[in-house]
Amino acid sequence: MKPSPVTYHAPATVAEAVGLLAEHGDDAKVLGGGQSLLPLMNLRLAAPARLVDVTRIDGLGAIERRDGAFELGAAVRQAQAEDDAALAAACPLLAAALPHIAHREIRNAGTVCGSLAHGDAAAELPAVALALDAELVVHGPRGVRTVAADGFFRSFLETALEPDELLAVVRLPVAPPGSGAAFHELARRAGDFAIAGVGAQLTMRDGTVTEARVACIGVGAAPVRARAAEQALAGGRADERTIAQAARAAAAELEPSEDLHASAAFRRHAAETLMRRALHEAAARAESNGREAS
Amino acid sequence: MKITLTVNGSRRELEVDDRRLLADVLREELGLTGTKVGCSHGVCGSCTVHVDGRAVRSCIMLAVQADGRAVRTVEDLAAPDGTLHPLQQAFSEEHALQCGFCTPGFLMTALPAVEAGAPLDAGQARELVSGNICRCTGYDGIVGAVVRASAICAGAAASGAEAER
Repeated sequence: MKPSPVTYHAPATVAEAVGLLAEHGDDAKVLGGGQSLLPLMNLRLAAPARLVDVTRIDGLGAIERRDGAFELGAAVRQAQAEDDAALAAACPLLAAALPHIAHREIRNAGTVCGSLAHGDAAAELPAVALALDAELVVHGPRGVRTVAADGFFRSFLETALEPDELLAVVRLPVAPPGSGAAFHELARRAGDFAIAGVGAQLTMRDGTVTEARVACIGVGAAPVRARAAEQALAGGRADERTIAQAARAAAAELEPSEDLHASAAFRRHAAETLMRRALHEAAARAESNGREAS
Repeated sequence: MKITLTVNGSRRELEVDDRRLLADVLREELGLTGTKVGCSHGVCGSCTVHVDGRAVRSCIMLAVQADGRAVRTVEDLAAPDGTLHPLQQAFSEEHALQCGFCTPGFLMTALPAVEAGAPLDAGQARELVSGNICRCTGYDGIVGAVVRASAICAGAAASGAEAER
């Protein structure tokens, strides 16, 4: 239960980090807070020869609002995001999701970008990025590219990142006025990985849903955007019947797998129930935020 | 790699293998065996220490990741004359430990919230320590101890503020 031999690098700049990744390729692994990577290394499920710690890079530890979005650098810890009131107000789905990630002691070390780059299908932050149409700013030896969250999360622990690339910044769009969000999940123990989970952010104006963003975790090889639910909700009222229809339509499209913890049918049923709850709560918060704004 | 840690207030310069876990360096290099290693993958909470004032799991952090930072372990809680910290005293009075293996982790997990000076109710205490596992007590004693200690620290903070006035 100890990591195999490894060489640790703590570059001070993105260019230096990218240089190390370019030099060592598959042998190197980017290290954020290490809250997913270190357990894998202890269990010898991962044995990188080099670690490139990006949390000491100047400028990547900031949470900044720019052009209608919040930018979070690769060194931003989950607890730091959780404690940022301006970020919570602007990105309510992120604020709703963060407390579900393991426990505070893990969020004190774990980074937002690290969770996205790890790409666990049962993790909360990939679903948040997907639902919000986040942009991921990726640095590599071939330059800088911006990748849409839709398409970034490919399969089990597989993302659009190349081994020599670094996820430097995630850009989360600010929610329109009158938005509310909720994140509901089912886990065997608070803080465990979710058997199924749903994040929803609704924007309401005069009782009508103007924008619906919904994503599910734990029900596939990657987080799943619940487009059927979004379409069922947009332009209508978030009443009991519409929410039930939206959740049913989205659950019918899911193709969850079966494992030790739950059957596929149970996961689909759980996702539908969690989605109904999340949508009700998000709608209530959106209406309340809309009243405060006006 | 050569690293510098400030451990319980003392500056320590160490030469450590890059793969060494912070928990192992604290226990084996520095002799601070109060920190326990239980599950070795961040699930049980018995290795919890503070790095720069925040509770983290020292079994899933490399010592090199803590280079230049301040580390606080359970050994720092009691006064030099052996007087227990109010949180430790409350654990004793509420029978919040049996074998004691998980206790340092529970103490370091609960400490920041207890020292923040606001009283916690049982629900908040339970949530606070929900990431730590104890296989002896059934948790009621632990929750009771955290509630009691938070009330004592809140009282001390309030009377301190009173005295300043």
